[in-house]
Amino acid sequence: MSRPEGIQLMEGNHACAWGAIDAGARFFAGYPITPSSEIAEVCARELPAYGGIFIQMEDEIGSIAAIIGASLSGKKSFTATSGPGFSLMQENLGVGIYQEVPCVIVDIQRVGPATGLATQPAQADVMQARWGTHGDHSIIALSPATVQEMYYLTIRAFNLSERFRTPVIILGDQVIGQTYENIKLPDPSSLDIIERIKPFVSPEDYFPYQPDKNGVPPMAAYGDRHIVHASSTCHDETGYSNFKTQTNRALLTRLKDKIYNYTDEIVDVEHFGPDHAEVTLISYGASSRVCKYVVGEAEKEGIRVNLLRLISIWPFPDRIVREALGKTGAVVVAEMNQGQLIGEVNRVNATNTPVYLASGIDGALIDPDIIMAAIREALK
Amino acid sequence: MNKTNMAVTIRIDEAFCKRCGFCIEFCNANVYEADKDGLPLVKDPEKCTNCRLCELRCPDFAVSVEVVDNE
Amino acid sequence: MAVNLGYKEYFKSDALPLMWCAGCGNGIILRAITEALSDLHIPPHQVVISTGIGCWGKADDYMKTHAFHGSHGRALAFGTGIKLGNPDLHVIALMGDGDALAIGGNHFIHAARRNIDITAIISNNFNYGMTGGQYSPTTPLSSSTTTSPAGVAEPGFDVCALSETCGANYVARTTAYHVTQLKRFITAALLKQGFSMVEVINTCPTHFGRRNIPGDTVSMMKYLKDITVSKAGYEKLDEADKEKYLVTGELVNRERPDYLSVYREMNPGGPETDRGEGH
Repeated sequence: MSRPEGIQLMEGNHACAWGAIDAGARFFAGYPITPSSEIAEVCARELPAYGGIFIQMEDEIGSIAAIIGASLSGKKSFTATSGPGFSLMQENLGVGIYQEVPCVIVDIQRVGPATGLATQPAQADVMQARWGTHGDHSIIALSPATVQEMYYLTIRAFNLSERFRTPVIILGDQVIGQTYENIKLPDPSSLDIIERIKPFVSPEDYFPYQPDKNGVPPMAAYGDRHIVHASSTCHDETGYSNFKTQTNRALLTRLKDKIYNYTDEIVDVEHFGPDHAEVTLISYGASSRVCKYVVGEAEKEGIRVNLLRLISIWPFPDRIVREALGKTGAVVVAEMNQGQLIGEVNRVNATNTPVYLASGIDGALIDPDIIMAAIREALK
Repeated sequence: MNKTNMAVTIRIDEAFCKRCGFCIEFCNANVYEADKDGLPLVKDPEKCTNCRLCELRCPDFAVSVEVVDNE
Repeated sequence: MAVNLGYKEYFKSDALPLMWCAGCGNGIILRAITEALSDLHIPPHQVVISTGIGCWGKADDYMKTHAFHGSHGRALAFGTGIKLGNPDLHVIALMGDGDALAIGGNHFIHAARRNIDITAIISNNFNYGMTGGQYSPTTPLSSSTTTSPAGVAEPGFDVCALSETCGANYVARTTAYHVTQLKRFITAALLKQGFSMVEVINTCPTHFGRRNIPGDTVSMMKYLKDITVSKAGYEKLDEADKEKYLVTGELVNRERPDYLSVYREMNPGGPETDRGEGH
């Protein structure tokens, strides 16, 4: 097969793989797991024609390790998994964050914990994405709601990972991953693709962790004459171990600031429905599709409901959510878990706006009735 | 290079030596002896055969054997 | 461009003194690696040292080559990506016995099975030195460690036999005492295309030695001589005696095609395909 032309019926996992290839990904390492495996399958079939390499590793720990290694060798790299595999990746996700390695991890969420319902959707890895690896850290996570958006968000995930030198997570779910929709892949030359910044000093003057003005160090690759020392131990700008307390403080601060000082550059949301509403839905991913339907159903009942759809989840869009809370009567957070992102909504709720949870934990796409019930509760 | 017209200079870097005693114990030519603190002293440099095993077997990069060509 | 660089072109001399204990052989292995790289005229920027966690996992801080220091047990998994990301690189994974064979055992057997072109150098000191001398997958049966005060109830791995069974192209065992052999085997391993593994039986006078070998650092080093025998010597031993010794030498040296060669043959790819120059 070659790159699909024109309008194609495609599932989200396939769109993810093509987005990665179009973003310049040339290395995929993964381990089969439902409901993400088609991403690996497309990569196995398609990457060689682009000069790339697919490898099926022995487990998810090895998969994320391999993509971190390949990225340090200069290849845009990614992996795809679901909750159990994402759990196994957590330690090395921290290695990628700490060593500032651009790479993309796709989590097609399914019902957990444990094996749970392996073929059914959930959105219960939101906090695992945020806090799954140990230690203080920042993270970027995006959540697509359609197959077409899966394609574009995968490209954006690579762009953000290269721009910020950090792993980026795509929080998909079984619905988005395995739903077929019509999409059209754009002309690759029309895409804005971000490449990592290479060193602009001589090899003798290069320190691999000396940040540029924006806090991101220019990145040489293994094999370059600019020597790279990438360490999971506390390190200074040389990359070599440094155990001074001020080094640790400076590194942790920079790793946080290089992302959180640029939150507005990362945040992506969609406002749907009327500007002013009695109830505002806040949702993301597959749940937000149902919310759009509910906005219309509520209107039929004479209830003014709108939707704030979070396309980027981490860093959390504090300012935008705070503003939304301030100009609505009540908020319903719709998510396919027992309440994860709602905690963040409550955290930024400066106006004490009533916040309700519409929780879909049936191992299926969240039922519109659950959201409608929460809206009615909010209006009591 | 003929052994008879070869001399060596053996240097022990005291800052890096941890007094493991390997150079002293395993030198086939008995070039070394220990001082009272266990630091190797080059007792008989003329016995050195320049096999360099002490240099390679020093865990702390503290021994260097350098050949001085007499000619 | 073949320039004799000397081991100091690879070794970070300004980081001395080494952090390891008196009588620990890690520095001996490091010296052998840097000497072998120098003899082979491999430019430092074409080498990546991938280390795990533990005493030997600190080795990257003494190298002037490219280096990767990651998580416990994963040096080969990171190394797999590093190698496939740039096939021209010489990737050398430095792992201890616990790192390579306990927490990293899965990556180890699969790296060997794939026959990926990486050189693994295992410093086997029979215990977890960094964490205080607990027993590892290579601690000999009945040895005393801090987590086996009554003796280890588990037999240890034969690392070389494991590597051979899994499919490695080059397998050798030596010790920190046999320094010329050590350098020779590392050199051969670096030249070998496919997975190469050199097991270096190493000293740990601070923990394993203190609890199991009476005497000092020198006694610990002599122990390495005492428990090993050459291949020729091993063959002459009675069957009953063979169990008492670890055989040293080049145990496997074969030419199975390495992972990337096979992959590229099956997946020829387009014009931008990076095949590596091999070595």
